[in-house]
Amino acid sequence: MGKTIMTVDDSTSVRQMVSFTLKEAGYDVMEAVDGKDALSKLNGTSVNMIITDLNMPNLDGIGLIRQVRANQAYKFVPIVMLTTESQDTKKQEGKAAGATGWIVKPFKPDQLLAVVKKVLG
Amino acid sequence: MSGAADKHRETFREEANELLTELETALLELEETPDDTELIGRVFRAMHTIKGSGAMFGFDDIAAFTHEVETAFDLVRNGKTAVTKGLIDLTLSARDQIRAMLNPSDTETVDVVKAGELVAAFRELVTGKKKDACPSAPASGKGSPSAQVSAGVKSEKATYRVRFHPARDIFMCGTNPLCLLNEMRGLGNCRIVAQLEAVPPLEDLNPGECYTYWDIILTTDQGINAIKDVFIFVEDSSDLKIDVIDDGGRLDTESDYKRLGEILTERGDLTTDDLQKTLSAQKRIGELLIETGTIEPGHVESALAEQKHVKEIRKERQSTESISSIRVPSEKLDKLVDLVGELVTVQARLSQTAAAGNDSTLLSISEEIERLTWELRDNTMNIRMIPIGTTFSKFKRLVRDLSGELGKEIEMTTDGAETELDKTVIEKLNDPLVHLIRNSIDHGIEMPGEREAAGKPKQGTVHLSAVHSGTSVLIRIKDDGKGLDAETIRAKAAERGLIASDAELSDRELFELILLPGFSTAKNITNVSGRGVGMDVVKQALGALRGHIEIASTKGEGTTITLRLPLTLAIIEGLLVKIADDCFVFPLSVVEECVELTRKDVTDSHGRNLANVRGQIIPYIRLRERFAIGGDLPEIEQIVIIGSDGCRTGFVVDNVIGEHQTVIKSLGRFYRDTEGLSGATILGDGTVALILDINKLVRNAELDEQAAL
Repeated sequence: MGKTIMTVDDSTSVRQMVSFTLKEAGYDVMEAVDGKDALSKLNGTSVNMIITDLNMPNLDGIGLIRQVRANQAYKFVPIVMLTTESQDTKKQEGKAAGATGWIVKPFKPDQLLAVVKKVLG
Repeated sequence: MSGAADKHRETFREEANELLTELETALLELEETPDDTELIGRVFRAMHTIKGSGAMFGFDDIAAFTHEVETAFDLVRNGKTAVTKGLIDLTLSARDQIRAMLNPSDTETVDVVKAGELVAAFRELVTGKKKDACPSAPASGKGSPSAQVSAGVKSEKATYRVRFHPARDIFMCGTNPLCLLNEMRGLGNCRIVAQLEAVPPLEDLNPGECYTYWDIILTTDQGINAIKDVFIFVEDSSDLKIDVIDDGGRLDTESDYKRLGEILTERGDLTTDDLQKTLSAQKRIGELLIETGTIEPGHVESALAEQKHVKEIRKERQSTESISSIRVPSEKLDKLVDLVGELVTVQARLSQTAAAGNDSTLLSISEEIERLTWELRDNTMNIRMIPIGTTFSKFKRLVRDLSGELGKEIEMTTDGAETELDKTVIEKLNDPLVHLIRNSIDHGIEMPGEREAAGKPKQGTVHLSAVHSGTSVLIRIKDDGKGLDAETIRAKAAERGLIASDAELSDRELFELILLPGFSTAKNITNVSGRGVGMDVVKQALGALRGHIEIASTKGEGTTITLRLPLTLAIIEGLLVKIADDCFVFPLSVVEECVELTRKDVTDSHGRNLANVRGQIIPYIRLRERFAIGGDLPEIEQIVIIGSDGCRTGFVVDNVIGEHQTVIKSLGRFYRDTEGLSGATILGDGTVALILDINKLVRNAELDEQAAL
């Protein structure tokens, strides 16, 4: 019954914070360190939502969103990207790639949960 | 959560240290191969992560500083500037600076000046290459949708009409419109009508596309921004129209709302021409419009929903406005109580008559009237009840001001502020309570120094509490001050001639002496209390309220004064008794039991007024003698035993008739000062019964006794 959320971020501290907050709120959490890691971990596993950073080595957030959307199984999975204010163009790029929404860094646990609730319902 | 937050900070610190090490390596490599985009990317990401995470875990200074470096490397990454030795040097010093800021204990102090120089250098680098210099502030999180949600300004309830027309490919970016609609429902009273006109026949339908759009009528106090926030992720790709249709203003008192045609034209679903055309035919406009195919059925449905919604909202608003409490002048209430009193009296007569006759129909009517009257009485009394809390809060101020004046530190705590008492009782209670609290502050609580010396907390406490106890309310004023000194009181009382110097009195009796007129033990008279008029005034005021006062005190630990008050003044439960042909009423609340007194008992006690009740000797007062009523004594008299002020006293009467609902009428001007009577009541047959003032009677008997000695 618990919903699974994947958090993709190359920063351990952010990943840990996101994951801790979500687990506290009763979600199951999968962690991935970058886009490539995320794709390999996804590989058919069902997730209800993905929260991804944009700047990551190997495969960045935009690339990840594109590839996830291209996969029939994850076509409708909500994807929220973590951005900073200076990355407005990135935000547009991400939306074009199929991101559902975004969270501006820095954010507080409450804000994260509000967005998760908004997107997951 | 703070433990978790600390943990997160620690993780960030470790991570940032790793990143800085990696950054150093990357920078050194970059110096050798300045065109390696992969390396540039690594440097940028390291900076980016330090900045982004830093701000999240409270390292704002690091975030702000790193932002400058990141901006520079963004330019490098986009090929707008080249990697130079200067840049590498600068970045390396920046890296050291960040490390210093991250681990403040590693170095003596964070070199603010150097940080400033570095920032300036980076800015120069950036502005040199790029016209529009980036602002130096780091991402502050404003513009984050959730931040806006939490900061949603509370406002008056307003009703909005929202048309949400999502892009057809909305599902493709993982948005579930139903979540958004549910979020709208969460904002307040919400009505949603789905518009399905664009949905194609099944064979043409692509389940991956969204054909529906929604009309939403929402009443919320969250403001329009909250609604915008719901759609923040989709506002670029969707058509969103938000109109205020009812601003919650109090001016439009009518619950009527616009007509259907008006709503439709206002929404742009219908042109005015079409409306006029349709209106000329006499039929329900909605049906007509659909019949003639002028507009979609969904639009009509939605407009009707809006009409209904607003009507309901307005109606609700009106009703909430009207059910809230009404103000009534207290004279009207007093008049009502009077009338209820009369009714109770008449009802008593009715019962009596019905019981005397043999008419069963009359009897059942009389019983019904009795039930209704009692209910009416209870309800009427209830209307007059107000919580004592309002008085309590006044005293808080008094304590604050007085303690400041006297240089004492006193805290006042209260309990049972919701306890309800008759309005008149509360009004008359104000002055006695002021006296008592002043006493506690002035005589009770010691100066802070004294208190500390006595091993008590520096701050004294005055606790005021109210609690229901049967048909009375107990109000306690409790302080943790020095308490009453029984010996000082005894000496003072003897000096004033209030007691014999060798009188044997219990502590409790001694404490009660302070209630006598002209008694004050305060060594200096202050302007707060101590003129010796306070306590006897308190006692009098309480007597007028048919209340009692009890004093308990332990030397060095504090004093507790308990006021016992009747719930209401107007009607009491009484015990009706008879002496010769006269009727008297005891307040039932103080009556403990009734026993017989035979001639033999009287002779056995050798002329002293003492009765032996189950082995306990109880003194009694002959009311016949007290009120100088003539006539013959019955063979067996009755003693009504009263528990008052902790001791039991008997009152000898001829006959006990029974319980009686007593509506208290005050005595006329001539009789007002009569001792031993507190009022009168009218009986069912129209005769007057006098209500006994038990305390006064007991006190007078005691005084007579002492005088006789």
